[in-house]
Amino acid sequence: MTRAITSHDLDAVPEVSRLATGERGGVPGIQSEADAPPSPDELRDDQVDGPELTARLAKTWGTDKGLIGTLSTVDHKIIGRRFIVTAIIFLFLGGLSAVAMRMQLALPENRLIGPDLYNQLFTMHGTTMMFLFGVPIGEAFAVYLVPLMVGTRNIAFPRLNAYSYYVYLFGGLMIWVAFMLNIGPDVGWFAYVPLSGPEFSPGKRADFWAQMITFTEVSGIAVAISIIVTVFKLRAPGMTLDRIPLFVWAELVNSFVIIFALPAVVTASAALMMDRLVGTHFFNPAEGGDALLYQHLFWFFGHPEVYIIFLPATGWVSAIVVTFARRQAFGYIALVLSLIATGFLSFGLWVHHMFTTGLPQLGASFFTASSMLIAIPNGIQIFCWIATLWDGRPVFRTPLLFIIGFFFIFVAGGLSGIMLASVPLDTQVHDTFFVVAHFHYVLIGGNVFPLIAAVYYWFPKFTGRMMSERLGKWHFWLAFIGFNVTFFPMHITGLMGMPRRVYTYLPEMGWANLNLVSSIGAVLFFGSFVLFLYNIVSSASRGPLAGANPWDAGTLEWAAASPPMPQNFDRIPVVTNREPLWANRDSLPVVAGLSVENREQIVSTITHGRADLRESSPEPSIWPFVAAIATAILFVGSMFTPWALVWGSIPLAVALMGWFWPKPSTEDER
Amino acid sequence: MRRVGPFALFAALPLGGCQGWQSALDAHGPSARSLADMFWIFVAVLATVWVLTMITLLLALRRRRPADTDPLATDPQTERRMTITISVAIGLTLVTVVSLTGLSYAAQKVLFAHKGGALTLLVTGQQWWWEVTYEDPQPNRVFTTANEIHIPVGEPVLIKLESSDVIHSFWVPSLTGKMDAITGRQNLIQIQADRPGVYRGQCAEYCGLQHAHMGLLVIAESKEDFERWREHQISSAIPPNDDERQRGMEILLSKPCVMCHQIRGTDAGGKVAPDLTHVGSRRYIGAGTLETTRGNIAAWIVDPHGIKPGVNMPTIQLEPDEVQPLATYLEGLK
Repeated sequence: MTRAITSHDLDAVPEVSRLATGERGGVPGIQSEADAPPSPDELRDDQVDGPELTARLAKTWGTDKGLIGTLSTVDHKIIGRRFIVTAIIFLFLGGLSAVAMRMQLALPENRLIGPDLYNQLFTMHGTTMMFLFGVPIGEAFAVYLVPLMVGTRNIAFPRLNAYSYYVYLFGGLMIWVAFMLNIGPDVGWFAYVPLSGPEFSPGKRADFWAQMITFTEVSGIAVAISIIVTVFKLRAPGMTLDRIPLFVWAELVNSFVIIFALPAVVTASAALMMDRLVGTHFFNPAEGGDALLYQHLFWFFGHPEVYIIFLPATGWVSAIVVTFARRQAFGYIALVLSLIATGFLSFGLWVHHMFTTGLPQLGASFFTASSMLIAIPNGIQIFCWIATLWDGRPVFRTPLLFIIGFFFIFVAGGLSGIMLASVPLDTQVHDTFFVVAHFHYVLIGGNVFPLIAAVYYWFPKFTGRMMSERLGKWHFWLAFIGFNVTFFPMHITGLMGMPRRVYTYLPEMGWANLNLVSSIGAVLFFGSFVLFLYNIVSSASRGPLAGANPWDAGTLEWAAASPPMPQNFDRIPVVTNREPLWANRDSLPVVAGLSVENREQIVSTITHGRADLRESSPEPSIWPFVAAIATAILFVGSMFTPWALVWGSIPLAVALMGWFWPKPSTEDER
Repeated sequence: MRRVGPFALFAALPLGGCQGWQSALDAHGPSARSLADMFWIFVAVLATVWVLTMITLLLALRRRRPADTDPLATDPQTERRMTITISVAIGLTLVTVVSLTGLSYAAQKVLFAHKGGALTLLVTGQQWWWEVTYEDPQPNRVFTTANEIHIPVGEPVLIKLESSDVIHSFWVPSLTGKMDAITGRQNLIQIQADRPGVYRGQCAEYCGLQHAHMGLLVIAESKEDFERWREHQISSAIPPNDDERQRGMEILLSKPCVMCHQIRGTDAGGKVAPDLTHVGSRRYIGAGTLETTRGNIAAWIVDPHGIKPGVNMPTIQLEPDEVQPLATYLEGLK
């Protein structure tokens, strides 16, 4: 499959720097560490070949067995797999809480679930879906796939990446344990003040919510940084900006949105914590604070959040549409520019969540215009995907089916969003079941359907086995019908006057039939997830073997083995096309010369993807895990006493010292 | 076209969905009507866009290039045609969203132009009921009631919205859109009813445990009926006219009820709970939770937390023979 690059290939790929092709001189004018002569006693990957090379690299990049080894791993695939599995477990937990709510709402004046539990349920549902599933799932796929797609051996800052996972896990566990103990938050997933403030939410319930935000934000921002650096600096030689896969572009833009959006919600939740814990008055109007300030801060994050959930999904859609249309993406540049435009515009829409708060009318109408304007970049994406399918030769496998489901549902949700962008219409439908219907069309259509497609698509890469197509088709139809039966009637229920977040309603309101239909749909929809789970579990052990590239796809992750070896690639590929595996069907050009005995990666230039440096990648370490525990102690402790910030910083400092303790490697000694 | 199936199933549902006493599409006021009209315009335009896009998608899925084509191969002519088509589609999208923005802005200006009428109310959202104060230049004509607003038909009524605790949202969909009642702020909203009727509203912003039971009624009536109602509301409570009611009043005045509730014309002067001066004339108790009958009043007094768990009204210790006179007295406060 791979071969060492020859000088002939290098002529064909002029922008690739001559990294270790036998002539060690390098390219004139580029002074780089790659030019340094390698230590003669260090084995390099042009000196061994075949299974021996694979085995030696696997040993160098591998993860130790045993508990300590498992917790020390820095392999992006292992961390990514844990991220994906954890996020999907939270998806199921969030789904279960939704089913419980639908059971309560199936009948008017139902006494199945009381108001206290119901309020916790919808808070946990929203919080879990947004913070513990929505943000992490996109990053989780990036952690696993981006290094493979850009042709490198590990993610940048792999220890930070491992730390992020544990912090996220501990935050999620904390809030769910609180819920299991019946002290879960009950203030809604956006926890408006004054309801979530010290006066109206005594106890620790709202603190669990606010501190869970801190956990997930620390994790989310750290992963975003790893992804950005991976995309900018670790791309395979030859992967110029216009050869970066669309999925990677989507994750890159998404990471920037995360970095700029999440600090706003951390500000909001930290100020809320301080109001609650040490008696500040950020949001207390009686003492000169402002309740609306909280909403501005929250939605300045909260609207980009919708795109944080949607942008990775556009990456999944692009990857799957291209593979199954059997045609390269139509309008690559337009798609990339739409992604970037969406990223920017997403920060200019937040006020449309606040149209009924009595803001100045001119200001509000500005946000109507900006909210409607975002239909343009999204429209470009939809049209380009349809054009790709139009000129392609669609292969109807399960991933494509779910993408078709995505088109039907997401476009409907996007269009009902145009109604919400209108200030006057929003005054009728805001905070009703119409909005509930709308954002489930957008989020389930825009994220969950592409996610399921992505799982079917990359499952062979993750596990080496195919998922069942027969079950997949059943799964699709059950999910598609179940979803629409659940959520379409909610549009009407909302217009008939049913506000969201009510635990019951009077029989004379006339909402009973529609609610019953929604509840039946919810059972069907949940059934589709049970089928999904069964398909995953049974295919993981009994599915047919996949091979490296079962879909005949074009991007680099399919050049690695299924599941990939710890080193991802025996030799780093050289990229000559946006779809390298389609352009080089017989064998992929590669560069050689990296160490076999040490963890070495190629660092390349940002725009041209020229190989620039050989950089060593961190070894496994237990310290990120220890630091995550210390972080969790500090965060949980500071819910109860501000002094936790003082004594909690001591174990954290110790853990960080261990983490960064200089450990000379042979590479660093030189 | 099988995929359209589930949608066809739902096509029948909207027809039944317009009517109801709390429905945005069953408009009984000028602003609700213009909002409903605008809603249907948006639906028509956006549904057209959706149908066209989905038809294009299905056609795109049916069309297939020859089997042995290289996936990297592109035909310049096809590329150009698709570029032009997409540019036109984007142009049309832009025209559509700009027109809808314009339409929205025009409606917004009308909706929020508060002319102000003869009548101004102060509505204060509280956990979990609505305090309603009818303002008047003459202080002795100001009165307070709860959860039931009477307005004269055909006249705009200005409502000042405040909150005494957390954020609530005032929403009577048959008359107009919602507006939040925000702690530390005052918002304005204007309602107007075209014809006499009872229009239900409900808090639309999640406000805690009993957000689900925070209803209110707007009763639109003729000018004469409204004035008669107002004069009656200004007056003090009707004195008990029989022994049982007399006993009920004495029980009430001897219990902690008076700490929170006001009954004008008696010693009950609490201001933190709904004014009960004319509670018997209101159609519902418990903020739209129970119809005002003697039995329901008795049930509410005996066990408010069984009916509305978490409500701020405490359970009062009453002897078994005290419940009936108390309920009779309150029901008689017409």
